[in-house]
Amino acid sequence: MAVLNFERKYRVRGGTLVGGDLFDFWVGPFYVGFFGVTTIFFAALGTMLILWGASQGPTWNLWQISIAPPDLSYGLALAPLMEGGLWQLITVCAIGAFVSWALREVEICRKLGIGLHVPFAFSVAIFAYVTLVVIRPVLLGAWGHGFPYGIISHLDWVSNTGYQYLHFHYNPAHMLAVSFFFATALALSLHGALVLSSVNPAKGETVRSPEHEDTFFRDAIGYSVGTLGIHRLGLFLALSAAFWSAVCIVISGPFWTRGWPEWWGWWLNLPIWSQWPLN
Amino acid sequence: MAEYQNIFTQVQVVAPLHDGIALPRGNAPRSGQPFLWHLLGRFGNAQIGPIYLGSLGVASLIFGLLAFWIMGFNMLASVNWDPIQFVRQLFWLSLEPPSAANGLGLAPLNEGGWWQIAGLFLTISLLLWWTRMYRRARELGMGTHVAWAFAAAIWLYLVLGFFRPLLQGHWGEAVPFGIFPHLDWTAAFSIRYGNLFYNPFHMLSIAFLYGSALLFAMHGATILAVSRYGGEREIEQIVDRGTASERAALFWRWTMGFNATMESIHRYAWWFAVLCPLTGGIGILLTGTVVDNWFLWAVKHGVAPGYPAIVPAVVDPAGL
Repeated sequence: MAVLNFERKYRVRGGTLVGGDLFDFWVGPFYVGFFGVTTIFFAALGTMLILWGASQGPTWNLWQISIAPPDLSYGLALAPLMEGGLWQLITVCAIGAFVSWALREVEICRKLGIGLHVPFAFSVAIFAYVTLVVIRPVLLGAWGHGFPYGIISHLDWVSNTGYQYLHFHYNPAHMLAVSFFFATALALSLHGALVLSSVNPAKGETVRSPEHEDTFFRDAIGYSVGTLGIHRLGLFLALSAAFWSAVCIVISGPFWTRGWPEWWGWWLNLPIWSQWPLN
Repeated sequence: MAEYQNIFTQVQVVAPLHDGIALPRGNAPRSGQPFLWHLLGRFGNAQIGPIYLGSLGVASLIFGLLAFWIMGFNMLASVNWDPIQFVRQLFWLSLEPPSAANGLGLAPLNEGGWWQIAGLFLTISLLLWWTRMYRRARELGMGTHVAWAFAAAIWLYLVLGFFRPLLQGHWGEAVPFGIFPHLDWTAAFSIRYGNLFYNPFHMLSIAFLYGSALLFAMHGATILAVSRYGGEREIEQIVDRGTASERAALFWRWTMGFNATMESIHRYAWWFAVLCPLTGGIGILLTGTVVDNWFLWAVKHGVAPGYPAIVPAVVDPAGL
């Protein structure tokens, strides 16, 4: 099963960015490449560091294992291993693995003669992660502003960080991000459902065509974005969700330090109506 | 490589406008003269319209608009019918459900009665729209997957505004209508029941929400990447696999050792999107009815660590 029956003719040389032919091979279904090697290196090292950190911690409870960033007092300096240095190394490994993975995707795209949309999309996710653990901590002046690596502990971080700004739902970029997430789920359900409803038609009917898909959506809401457009729309919505998520956290602290409900004062105080009291 | 990067449609084919697949007997005629919008055609289909209204659609729109107007006029009344203050304070304005003391009965109009009527009309509108989506699919001989996905969203809506208040014994538990007020409700709800982050169904719902964004980014990007091989013609690719499907599948196989097929990716998509409100609704329904404090629940079951003993024992505020 490692090689699909149509796969052999696609397994050709070339398309690598670095290393020429040296790493241009497959292991089972996986393509390797130079960046496959660097991915394995960073991922394995990072995972081992997490496991080692867990072994030095108080619990093996999967929910509660946590690798915390350094104390704020370390600022942007390196911390001792057991006091956040491990978190710093793991962060380096994570970024190394993510970027290697993206570049490996680029090599695979080149090999297959297809567009670079997937590695581009992935780079937006990497950007969001880097915003959380590098850009915002640097802007705030301490690695301690990164989030801890643990299941419950990262939820606690999100909760605590949110309440530092009183009520995070009032963060306008958070509003946009959440709206884009919901819109993505809506659009994904509609797209998945529309395709499935065409190839799994009513009993006794033949498979439907894109004309049926367009007709269904025009009948329903007066517009069908079409088979190509829906993939543009889906990609746009999903990337917007990730992008605005990154924005909503990077502005919290570096560019706004008070409660987010207070931010909306500018609207209430616009000069067109600020002469009247709020009643 | 530049020619592989499908971003916007560069050459638009302008064909005669399409009125849609012929409708079976008993259907109303479609409304509106379709037209083309060039800029829209850069992104997706250029054609706008026609639309099928039908009696279900018209009834749904009437009930939806009535609900919308009831909310709007109640908000307008709350600022003494001052249109300037209405715009100024719009995001803060609210139509609140009845207080807890009112129980499950009908409330006086200005003490939650309007909220009940608006909620009832909105619910009728949504159910009519659900029926319409089901009917439109069947009239075209298609599967009813869209309607059932929509049903998952209606489930979450009904849990929030109907089922859970019913179990709790009063409408005051339900969500108010309003921009900031519904956000306030969400935050207060989370805090009151011990932080929803510790609710495992909330965890699942968020995972499916993020998973949906991940899947749509992966799927949308993959199809755009293979669009030079006709990859966006998914139905044809499902019934008669071409090189676009093969390259799309091999991209993921070589990347992560596993691939979906052109049909199965849409099943993953449907389930991820549907499970988001489905699990979310379960999480809301259990909150306050079965579990009163999700943090204490998580500590009890070894999910969350308890507070260190430097502070006095945590007392559940609901027990006071």
